[in-house]
Amino acid sequence: MTVLRIQDARKAFGATQALCGVSLELGEGELLGLLGPNGAGKTTLVRALAGRVRLDGGTIELFGRRLSETETREGLGVVPQEIALYPLLTARENLEAFGSFNGLRGAALRDRVAWALEWTGLAERAREPIRRFSGGMRRRLNIACGVLHEPRVILLDEPTVGVDPQSRERIYEMLDRLRANGVSMLLTTHQLDEAEARCERIVIVDHGRVIAAGTLGDLVRDTVGARRVVTVKLDRAPAAPIEGLAGEGDGTIWRGPVHDVDVDVAAVLRRVAAAGRTVEDLEVRQPSLQSVFLHLTGRELRE
Amino acid sequence: MIRTLLRIHWTNLRRDRVAQLLTFVVPMAFFTIFALIFGGRGGGVTRRVHVAVVDESHTATSQRLVRALQAEKGLIVLTRVKAGGPARDTTRVPIDRARGEKLVRDGVAPVALVLPAGLDTSLARFDGGGVPILLLSDPSDPIAPQVVGGLLQKVVMSAMPDLFMKRGLGEFERYTGGLTPRQRQVVDQWLPQLSARAARDSAGAPAAGAGPGGDSAGAAGMSGLAKVEVVPVLGRKQDTSIISFYAAAIAVMFLLFAASAVAGTLLDEVDSGTLERVLSSHLGMTGLLTGKWIYITLLGMLQITVMFVYGMLAFRLDLLHHLPGFAVMTLFTAATAAAFGLFLASLCRTRAQLGGISMLIILVMSALGGSMFPRVFMTAAMQKAGLVTFNAWALDGYVKVFWREAPLAALLPQVGMLAGFMVVFLALARLFARRWERV
Repeated sequence: MTVLRIQDARKAFGATQALCGVSLELGEGELLGLLGPNGAGKTTLVRALAGRVRLDGGTIELFGRRLSETETREGLGVVPQEIALYPLLTARENLEAFGSFNGLRGAALRDRVAWALEWTGLAERAREPIRRFSGGMRRRLNIACGVLHEPRVILLDEPTVGVDPQSRERIYEMLDRLRANGVSMLLTTHQLDEAEARCERIVIVDHGRVIAAGTLGDLVRDTVGARRVVTVKLDRAPAAPIEGLAGEGDGTIWRGPVHDVDVDVAAVLRRVAAAGRTVEDLEVRQPSLQSVFLHLTGRELRE
Repeated sequence: MIRTLLRIHWTNLRRDRVAQLLTFVVPMAFFTIFALIFGGRGGGVTRRVHVAVVDESHTATSQRLVRALQAEKGLIVLTRVKAGGPARDTTRVPIDRARGEKLVRDGVAPVALVLPAGLDTSLARFDGGGVPILLLSDPSDPIAPQVVGGLLQKVVMSAMPDLFMKRGLGEFERYTGGLTPRQRQVVDQWLPQLSARAARDSAGAPAAGAGPGGDSAGAAGMSGLAKVEVVPVLGRKQDTSIISFYAAAIAVMFLLFAASAVAGTLLDEVDSGTLERVLSSHLGMTGLLTGKWIYITLLGMLQITVMFVYGMLAFRLDLLHHLPGFAVMTLFTAATAAAFGLFLASLCRTRAQLGGISMLIILVMSALGGSMFPRVFMTAAMQKAGLVTFNAWALDGYVKVFWREAPLAALLPQVGMLAGFMVVFLALARLFARRWERV
């Protein structure tokens, strides 16, 4: 079941067209990755979903109901990229504040704050001002403040930026617990490995348009193809090029596509031996989301 | 390395408009304000003092003195007021002592000058005796009785030299045995001339051989020959009144700083993304501004109250007898300052900008509005200019409460103006804050 549907979203800031007809859908319990280079239109799209940007055209439907521009997004949680908390307040006070802003009162608020402190692992530090917290702790609290009111759809903008691998794992464990209860998430990130590992589907936007959408397998097949890549490191540079491979750097690294690993990798090793060189290292890789992303958006810097 | 450091700091200054403002513009602005206030310029003239004259003597001498006072350029003399009957009754009656006191109490004139019965025998006495001329004064204006007292001495001297000569010769004869017939004849011929010349001077014609410098010197040399007694009419000691003034003056200035600083959290929230998050919740911009306004108002009320309680404990400021007026003025002053702080914060784009602009505006407002020194010290033009500031109205209200002991209804003009300022500031803050709403 689709819980969030955006159709033909368009928005211009002066002469800059930020969104040029973006459409996407988020299914119930799904984790959808929203990727794109800087300035692609991701933030504008997320802000429009949160009701903070007025679209020039297009529609947004939440739980099957079309949203007006000004109405409060009931059932939607927003986790911003910034640590948008009150630094002099404690973890508990921050949770109480944002719970209150989102309409929680009395016992419901107390219960949810207790849940959030347990969920984030911050119960023992609940009474400390958060300025003393580590980056990872603040990130967890930042997420908790966005989901305290039990939204069924959550917009996560770079939720793991600037944290160590342990904190990142902890954050995804927290999100998995929510998803287990059927919560749907739209995740914008530049951490392509995270998106590759965590998201069920991926949408790539660039220049305000959706340029690819689907599972990782769909994206690979539709862009760079399903071929794997073999990379060999030789003891010395060969005297002549090796058939089917391309050399890199000082001539000891050679790379090329393989269709059938059993057959093609053995052929590569035979050609290296024929050239009188020894293989020091060998790697066979599937095409990654990074290769898809760079294939679609190019290697030029976006600044 | 030092050269590199110098270059970095100079480049920073060149690119930081707020720093330039604070370094160069703020000092010049202050220099200008102080020069205008104490230099007596600013398109105005030195303040003329209103004085209500009560003639209880009703003699030729007292009438001469009143005419001379009316001719004095430094004074605006009131001798008659409306009878105080029905509103359409425009009958004007001479000012008696009770009416004079009321004029002072109502702030119409800072001084009522009472020429008592027996004035003739009191003027120009060299033994310090006689009935004193009374200056019924408003303690909120410590300058006015000084000015009136000094000008009174001058006027007595320049308007009635014949009286002084007569009294002086009387004393001379008392101790030396009298004038010769020839001397008596010369004096008798000279006294009418003195009297006539004084009358001409009072009418505005310059006295032969006596310029303004001569008058001043004469007045200074003979000061004290008209016996004067200053009587505060508002029943409060001047020193504690001054303390209540400065408690209000300083509190209002720092209230503005505090209000703009707290309102600046709005800009912090913009920077941290908290505002975006809050606006994504059920709380809209109007709710957010309202919450901040109420908080800053309560904080401001607490700040002023702490200041006055401290004044009460440390300087015997009489707060307890003025609580209703104090509460009304403090509520409206704090609410208006809070609205002003929000207006400034919504106007600025960064904290640094807010710091610079609020410093400039608040210091200028405080200087003009009387937070740094009472507006009664200023020229008439500067006093009028001060009325565009929020400080002036707030301080006028506190002066009414603590010095004039005015009833609550008398605070209506001040409270009305503060409420007007408040509405305008809030409306502007809401208008400017729209840029943070949906785009």
